[in-house]
Amino acid sequence: MDFPTFLAQCLNAVQYGLLLFLVASGLTLIFGIMGVINLAHGSFYMIGAYLAWALSTLFGGHFLLQLLAGMALAALLGFVLEWVFFSYLYQRDHLQQVLMTYALILVAEEVRSIVAGNEVHGVQVPGWLSGSIELGLMSYPVYNLFACAACLLVALGLYLVVNRTRLGMMIRAGASNRDMVRSLGVNVTMLYRIVFAAGVALAALAGMIAAPMSSVYPGMGGGILIICFVVVVIGGIGSISGALLASLLVGLVDTFGKVFFSQLSGLSVYLLMALILVWRPQGLVSKGY
Amino acid sequence: MTRTSHTLPPPPALRAWALPSALPLLALAALLAAPLALTPYLSDLVQKIVIFSVFALSLGLLVGTAGLVSLGHAAFFGIGAYVTALASSDTGPGSIAVLLPLAMLGAGAYALFVGALSLRTKGVYFIMVTLAFAQMAYFIFHDTHFAGGSDGMFLAYRPALAISGVTLVDLELPLHRYYLAAGALGATYALLAALQRSRFGHALAGIRANEQRMRAAGFNTYAYKLAAFVLAAMLAGLAGFLMASKDGAVNPELLSWHESGALLMMIILGGLGSLRGAVLGTCVFILLKEALSSEAIFGALAGRWQLTLGLTMIAFVALMPKGLAGLHTQWQQRRKENQHEH
Repeated sequence: MDFPTFLAQCLNAVQYGLLLFLVASGLTLIFGIMGVINLAHGSFYMIGAYLAWALSTLFGGHFLLQLLAGMALAALLGFVLEWVFFSYLYQRDHLQQVLMTYALILVAEEVRSIVAGNEVHGVQVPGWLSGSIELGLMSYPVYNLFACAACLLVALGLYLVVNRTRLGMMIRAGASNRDMVRSLGVNVTMLYRIVFAAGVALAALAGMIAAPMSSVYPGMGGGILIICFVVVVIGGIGSISGALLASLLVGLVDTFGKVFFSQLSGLSVYLLMALILVWRPQGLVSKGY
Repeated sequence: MTRTSHTLPPPPALRAWALPSALPLLALAALLAAPLALTPYLSDLVQKIVIFSVFALSLGLLVGTAGLVSLGHAAFFGIGAYVTALASSDTGPGSIAVLLPLAMLGAGAYALFVGALSLRTKGVYFIMVTLAFAQMAYFIFHDTHFAGGSDGMFLAYRPALAISGVTLVDLELPLHRYYLAAGALGATYALLAALQRSRFGHALAGIRANEQRMRAAGFNTYAYKLAAFVLAAMLAGLAGFLMASKDGAVNPELLSWHESGALLMMIILGGLGSLRGAVLGTCVFILLKEALSSEAIFGALAGRWQLTLGLTMIAFVALMPKGLAGLHTQWQQRRKENQHEH
């Protein structure tokens, strides 16, 4: 592998890792704060990708507007779903949460099949982001750079919200001691609903950004869900910085696994998880769960 | 008898044994008589229920008895099936005496690897880690070509058992397949029933209730959990062997996590911690899925069975947290509460 290819693969790895982070951060927040294991999180990623496909004809060239509209729709969906399906799961054990969210996947897949059919759809890269750019030694697609930048921006925004705002303070407090936060008079019900909606919006955003690169197809949520579980396990449940670190690590291992061992590339990420479990079963950045 | 027999309730052991313990025997009798009365389609359906009951019982040992929620149990089922297919020869039927233990050992070996790592974690971590390792096994069979890739592979001959040239069991015959599956279910049920009453079963129940206390009492809880994990996987491998012999083919979807999720639904549907519940839940789930996807019953909705099944599961979680087997106690409790009020 020559140096330019190596650089391009590194960029691919970072871009994939950042995309994973968008999905995994929502997953880890929802678990860390509400204690709910959400198997349906991959479905939100899928819903995002289908939103990108459906909205692209509606918004024409206004790609950024389309992303914002999609996120708003997804957040609304998350808000309602939390209300109807999740709000009474908090007191139940993990087993019931697994079942409920597993059932939601079935429903989401079937609704998707009714609304959008079972074909694979391609989503066009918006005009102003198409083509490649010369980066010194190599050329790289502009859209992939845009995806990196957008994910980084969101990650930064998430960091600022969680660490610098009042809402973020409540979220952090909620993650470390739920009952204390409740007894201090915080409206925990609303806090949960907001966090859940934000998690759904983040997953949908990842789906929307990924849609032009990966196309849109049935069952696309299942694959990313399991990789995100791996990310959360490696990073440590409930930790956003752990999720970022683990996402990048998984992105690197997966991308270079594909380069070096094409046949067994699917295994590399799981072997990484096995190694981390031997070394630090509580995850890289553990909060002591 | 004496006056005391009126005032004292019957001893709990006797009460618990009266009707419920006769039910499995009745069910077994019905099971043995079934193929004589049923059409091939129904007989096949019953056989599927029987095989999945073995599979569900094995997961019940983990989730119900030891309190370990595994979301990757289908991996061991699929490995059992694949080992059967891979070890069968193309020139003649493989021996059950070789293939069956091999399938169970194959599943057990992978469980030793997965269990040793995943049991270092707890709770929701354990759920995610077992799921991820099951997916790893899925990718091994799906992405590589040694076992047919995503298409899976066929068994040229179904296994048979011959002693000094005389074929005793030939799984090419539907009746033989049926009775082998029924026998496996009986054996699994008896084994797990005995296990629940043994020191090992009580230790697992103790771990479910309070692991720290068990550790303080001197139990090596990690070893107990690992033993349960491997044993459950071996029984799942047995179910996988039966599945491969029934279908004469295997494919990666046997290992998919959708299978694991459906299996969890079966044991919870029946009610956790009871063997009868696992079998009952499997019956209800498979029949429900069969009914929901039958055009004769649901017409145009039949093609959308995932939607109806999903909504049914959501309703179930919301309304029956203790499962079907728990309905009876749920109802009794309510009656008792009503009596207290009066």
